[in-house]
Amino acid sequence: MNVEELQVKANDIRKDIVRMIAEAGSGHPGGSLSSADVMCALYFGGILRHDPQNPADDARDRFILSKGHAAPALYATLAEAGYFPTEELLTLRKLGSRLQGHPDSKKLPGVEVSTGSLGQGLSVACGLACGLRLAGSDASVFCLLGDGECQEGQVWEAAMFAAHQQADNLVAIVDHNHLQIDGRIEDVCSPESLAEKFAAFGWEVMTCDGNDMAQVLDVLAQAKAAKGGKPTAIIAETTKGKGVSFMEGQAGWHGKAPKPEELEIALSDLSKKEA
Amino acid sequence: MAAEKKATRAAFGATLAELAAAGVPVVAVDADLSGSTTTKKFAGAAEENAERLFNVGIAEQNMIDVAAGLSLAGNVAFTGSFAVFGTGRVYDQIRNTVCYSKLNVKIAPTHAGVSVGPDGGSHQMLEDIALMRVLPNMRVLVPADYDACASALKLAAATPGPVYVRMGRASVPCVYEPGCELEIGGSRTLREGGDVTIVACGVEVNEALIAAEQLAAEGIEAEVIDAYSVKPLDEATILASARKTGRVVVAEEHSVIGGLGSAVCELFAEQLPTRTALVGVRDEFGTSGEFEELMRHFELDAEAIVKAAKGLL
Repeated sequence: MNVEELQVKANDIRKDIVRMIAEAGSGHPGGSLSSADVMCALYFGGILRHDPQNPADDARDRFILSKGHAAPALYATLAEAGYFPTEELLTLRKLGSRLQGHPDSKKLPGVEVSTGSLGQGLSVACGLACGLRLAGSDASVFCLLGDGECQEGQVWEAAMFAAHQQADNLVAIVDHNHLQIDGRIEDVCSPESLAEKFAAFGWEVMTCDGNDMAQVLDVLAQAKAAKGGKPTAIIAETTKGKGVSFMEGQAGWHGKAPKPEELEIALSDLSKKEA
Repeated sequence: MAAEKKATRAAFGATLAELAAAGVPVVAVDADLSGSTTTKKFAGAAEENAERLFNVGIAEQNMIDVAAGLSLAGNVAFTGSFAVFGTGRVYDQIRNTVCYSKLNVKIAPTHAGVSVGPDGGSHQMLEDIALMRVLPNMRVLVPADYDACASALKLAAATPGPVYVRMGRASVPCVYEPGCELEIGGSRTLREGGDVTIVACGVEVNEALIAAEQLAAEGIEAEVIDAYSVKPLDEATILASARKTGRVVVAEEHSVIGGLGSAVCELFAEQLPTRTALVGVRDEFGTSGEFEELMRHFELDAEAIVKAAKGLL
């Protein structure tokens, strides 16, 4: 897909996200919408080597959603990519659904590992990167973290380890939307400067506008190709609630479902992007 | 006849090396304690093993989840560290990543219980069996000696999914024979008797055997069952013995809350109410001292088991 087609696909993913969360009556729209462009680029922009018909293919690149509460974005992306029918998206968070509130790898194909308890995905990605290297695989591992999640100490244990292991088959992406449940990350307990911290831990660091598809695509491709003995961190500057006027930049939309009338406005906002 | 004494932890590195030599894709992840846990011996046993030991430094949370990642790449991943750090400190990593995803990770810390001795209460893990036992998808093995531990580690490697193997620091008498076969949900009846049953695990197995000798000298025949598989428990064997004797002592080098004693009492409460006495640490932290002193201090030794058994008669 070219950049324009990817933008359209990202918009479809956003519509799926708000629809499924509205139907569920709960969920996390803010951080799902902020990360939709990154996920779209990974799965549809030729970054991830993957096959929806064969989710367990040994040769696949791995994606780990460390910020598991952005499950709706992952589910929408996987469904749009053909891992399961898009109709199933409306079962999100319901009894008997494969689409659990946070990703469950035992239930849903395409989910590499269950996440939801923050701060753990990057460690898993490190182990996976080391394990793939040990097995002689050339596959890459991508891991998406939240910026608030970087307050978890384990993230930095993993950062230290990855650099020590010279894991250049590992790419961490921080969805830097500046908001967490209790407010601005800088006000709650600032993890800044994330770019300087990852650099100090021995990582290659790249930054981009994480809601600009051309930039996202470019930086992801660069990061995957970088083989200089260092893991790469991408600090993706994003807007929480991106694409939905009343959700953008609002911490209150971290974990709240839109009501039916709000869903209409959200879908209308997202439809305007197609014009 | 004095039995040979060896620490269960000594079986860790040696068994991993044996598994690797047999072609099992084992990896170990340790947290700056590879000498104490003996994972360093695994790394040094063969040239190709060196890259299969990952030392994360003093970062136990990362240890568990790196092992999770390594398992996702097709490895049988063992974690090390001491039991206090390798279970309690990383409970959420074991719960939410290893068990929830049902990964092929073996939680195998050493220095459990009072065997860590002089290091004191901060390091004496007496709640690990309880913590691991409540987790869905987790199996819990508590081997009695070196050879049982080697077999438990091999069994863990051969069993898909999470397994906890509890190891100690102290050298303890050998009860089992090399190459002994253990099974998930199994137990071994080491002595038969009709007056009282002693169900034990770990270092308490040897104490139970000594206690049984002492009881026999007084004409009381004790049946000794090593319930090395604390979860799943060998319910049939324990129930059959309880039916026979009607009196059961459960002994463990662990808190009486949540461990083997609780597991046996849960079984009895639902299926066969039985007069039961628990030998274990009574809701307190450990304290500095030598292993043997602590076994006496906390009333975990053979004498304590004898006393508990007589209390049921």
